[in-house]
Amino acid sequence: MRLSPFRSAALAAALAATATAAVAAGPDLGATRQSATNWEAIIIFLAFVLLTLGITYRAARTTRSAADFYAAGGSITPGQNALAIAGDFMSAASFLGISALVFTSGFDGLIYSVGFLVGWPIVLFLIAERLRNLGKFTFADVASFRLDQTAIRILSAVGTLTVVAFYLIAQMVGAGSLIKLLFGLPYGYAVAIVGVLMIVYVAFGGMKATTSVQVIKACLLLFGATIMALAVLWHYGFNPNALMADAVKIQPKGAAILGPGGFVADPVSTVSLGLALMFGTAGLPHILMRFFTVRDARAARKSVFYATGIIGYFYVLTFIIGFGAITLLMNDPSFYTVAADGTYNKLTGLIGGGNMPALALSKAVGGSLFYGFIAAVAFATILAVVAGLTLAAASAVSHDLYANVIARGRSNERREVLISKLTAVVIGVIAIVLGYLFETVNVAFMVGLAFAVAASCNFPVLLMSLMWRGTTTRGALVGGLLGLVTAVVMVVLSKGVWVAVFKFHDAIFPYDNPAIFSMPLAFAAIYLVSKSDTSRRAQRERALFEEQFVRAETGIGAAGAHAH
Amino acid sequence: MLDRQSDLDHEAGRRDRILRDPAFQTLVRERTSFAWTMSIVMLAVYLVFIGLSAFGKGFMASTIGDSSISWGIVLGLFTIVFAFALTGVYVARANGRFDALTAQIDRDVA
Repeated sequence: MRLSPFRSAALAAALAATATAAVAAGPDLGATRQSATNWEAIIIFLAFVLLTLGITYRAARTTRSAADFYAAGGSITPGQNALAIAGDFMSAASFLGISALVFTSGFDGLIYSVGFLVGWPIVLFLIAERLRNLGKFTFADVASFRLDQTAIRILSAVGTLTVVAFYLIAQMVGAGSLIKLLFGLPYGYAVAIVGVLMIVYVAFGGMKATTSVQVIKACLLLFGATIMALAVLWHYGFNPNALMADAVKIQPKGAAILGPGGFVADPVSTVSLGLALMFGTAGLPHILMRFFTVRDARAARKSVFYATGIIGYFYVLTFIIGFGAITLLMNDPSFYTVAADGTYNKLTGLIGGGNMPALALSKAVGGSLFYGFIAAVAFATILAVVAGLTLAAASAVSHDLYANVIARGRSNERREVLISKLTAVVIGVIAIVLGYLFETVNVAFMVGLAFAVAASCNFPVLLMSLMWRGTTTRGALVGGLLGLVTAVVMVVLSKGVWVAVFKFHDAIFPYDNPAIFSMPLAFAAIYLVSKSDTSRRAQRERALFEEQFVRAETGIGAAGAHAH
Repeated sequence: MLDRQSDLDHEAGRRDRILRDPAFQTLVRERTSFAWTMSIVMLAVYLVFIGLSAFGKGFMASTIGDSSISWGIVLGLFTIVFAFALTGVYVARANGRFDALTAQIDRDVA
C-alpha cells in the first residue's frame, strides 16, 4: 500500500512524458486510487440522478414516434440545443484534463482548448444548415441522399460505431477511475452505475431525456467552473497579470509555463493533432445528430453560434482554473503526498493523482461541500456524454443498418424504435464489460483515435457528398474506408499503442496523431476514384446532385423532424 | 403509381424553377463565397497560432512589456474570441441577407 502513491505519481509522470498520446480530450483519467467515501458528493450526485430519472420518466411518456425518439420531435430550442452541444463537448476529460495540463505545463493546455474550439465555426459555415435541410435522424441520411443507400449507410454506421466505441471505452475507464477516487466506490461499481443509468436514459427517454441530461449537466458544470474561476480572480483583485506573475514564481518550471513546452514535441504531431481536433468535431456522430433536434436550418445555425460561445467561455475558465491551481495549491503541502523528509513533487505529487488540480482547487476555494459538488458534477458529466454517444450508436444500428439496409424500408416506426432501444441496452452491457476489462490499460490514445477517425472517414465522406457534384458511391466508399483503416493502423503503430499498450520498444509510426496523413488521403481517394468512376450508377448519382443542392441550400422540401 | 409520377414531375418542375430563380442564384453565389472565405480565414488564424506554437516557441513565450502575460497566451485567447466573433458575423449576415433571399425563393416558387 505504501507504494501506491509513488506508483500513481510515476504513472502520471510517464503519462506526461508520452505527451500527445493523451491527445484530443486531454490527458486521460487513469492512475487513481480509491479514497474514503465522500458522502457530500454521493448525496449531490443522487439528487442529480433522481432529477434526471424523473425527466426520463416524463420524456418516455411523450416519446411515441421515431422522430420523438431520435430527434425529440424537432422540438428543442436553439438555446437548449446549444447547451446540449456544449454538454456533449465539455467532457470530464476536457474539464479535469485540460486544467491539469495547464497546471503542469501552463500554455500547452491552451493548444488543446483552441483546437477544440476552432472546429465549430467550420461546422457552422459548411455543415450545420445543409445537414438540417437534408437529413432526418442521422448524418448517413445526408451522405446517402443521392448515393447508394446500402453502401453508404453501412460505411457511415461503421464510422459511427468505430468513433463511439473508442470514445465510449475511454469515458467508461475514466468514469471508473474517477469515481473510485472521488466517491470512494470500487471501480466495478462505478462502471456498472454509469452503464445502467445510460441505458435507462437512452432506452426509455430517447433524445428528449438525453438532451435534458446534457442541458442540466452543462449548466451545473458552467456554474461550478465559473465560481472557481471567480474565486481565483477575486483572490488577485481581478488582475490577471498578478495571477500570472504569482504562477511564474510558484511553478517549478518558472517562466517556461508562459510558452509552448515539451508537450508538443515535434511540429508534425502538433499540426496533425490540430487538424484532428478541428475537423474531427465536424465528423462526430453524436454531435452531428444534435442538428436534427431543432426545427429548421435557422435554429441549427443559432445553436452553433451559442454553443461556440459557451464552449469558448468554458475553455477560458479551465485556463484560469489551471493557473489558479498553480498559485493556490503548489505552496500548500496539505494537498500533496509528502515524503518523510518533508519534500513533495509540486507537479505530480497531488493527492489522488495527475487529474486532481481542478478538484483540489475546488476544495481550496470552497471547502468540502463545494468539492463534493464539483465531484458530483464530474460524474454527471461523464454520464451525459456516454448517454449521447449511446444514442448516436443505437440510431446508426436501428435507422441506418436495420431500417434502411436489412429491412430496406419495409420496417415500421415502432419496430425501428424497439430495435434502437434494444441496441442501447446491448451497447450499455458491452460498455460495462469493456470498461471493466480495460481498467488497467492505458486508454489515453482512444479519444484521440476517435477524433482522427471522425476527421478521416465521416467528415470527408459527408463534406464531399454535400459539396462536390462529382462524388460517387464508389469514391465515397473507397475514400471513407481508406481514411478509417489508415487512421486506425497508424494509431496502433504509434507510441500511444505500440509502446504504451503493447510494450514494444520503438514505435513504427513516428508521430502521435495520424490525421495529417489519413484525412488528405481520404479526400484524395474520394476525388480520384469518383473521377474514374464511369458506371451508370455514377452518372445517375451526379445527375441527382441538383435535387440535393436545391434542398441543401434552401431547405425547400426538407423533412420536418416531426412525423408527417 | 400515377399519383407518384405526377408528384415526381411536380418536384422536378419546382426544382428547375428554383434553379433558374435569380434569387436562388444570388443566394448560392453570395453564401458560397462568404462561407468559404470565413472558413479560410478561420483556418489561417488557427494555423498561425499552431504554427507559432510549433516553430516560434521563443516568441510565444516572450512577455508583453513589463507584464507576466506572454504573446502565446494573448494569441490563444484571441483565437478563441475570434472564432466566436466569426460565427457571430456569419449568423448576423445569414439571419438578414440569406434568410431574406430564401424567403424570396419561397415566394417565387409558391
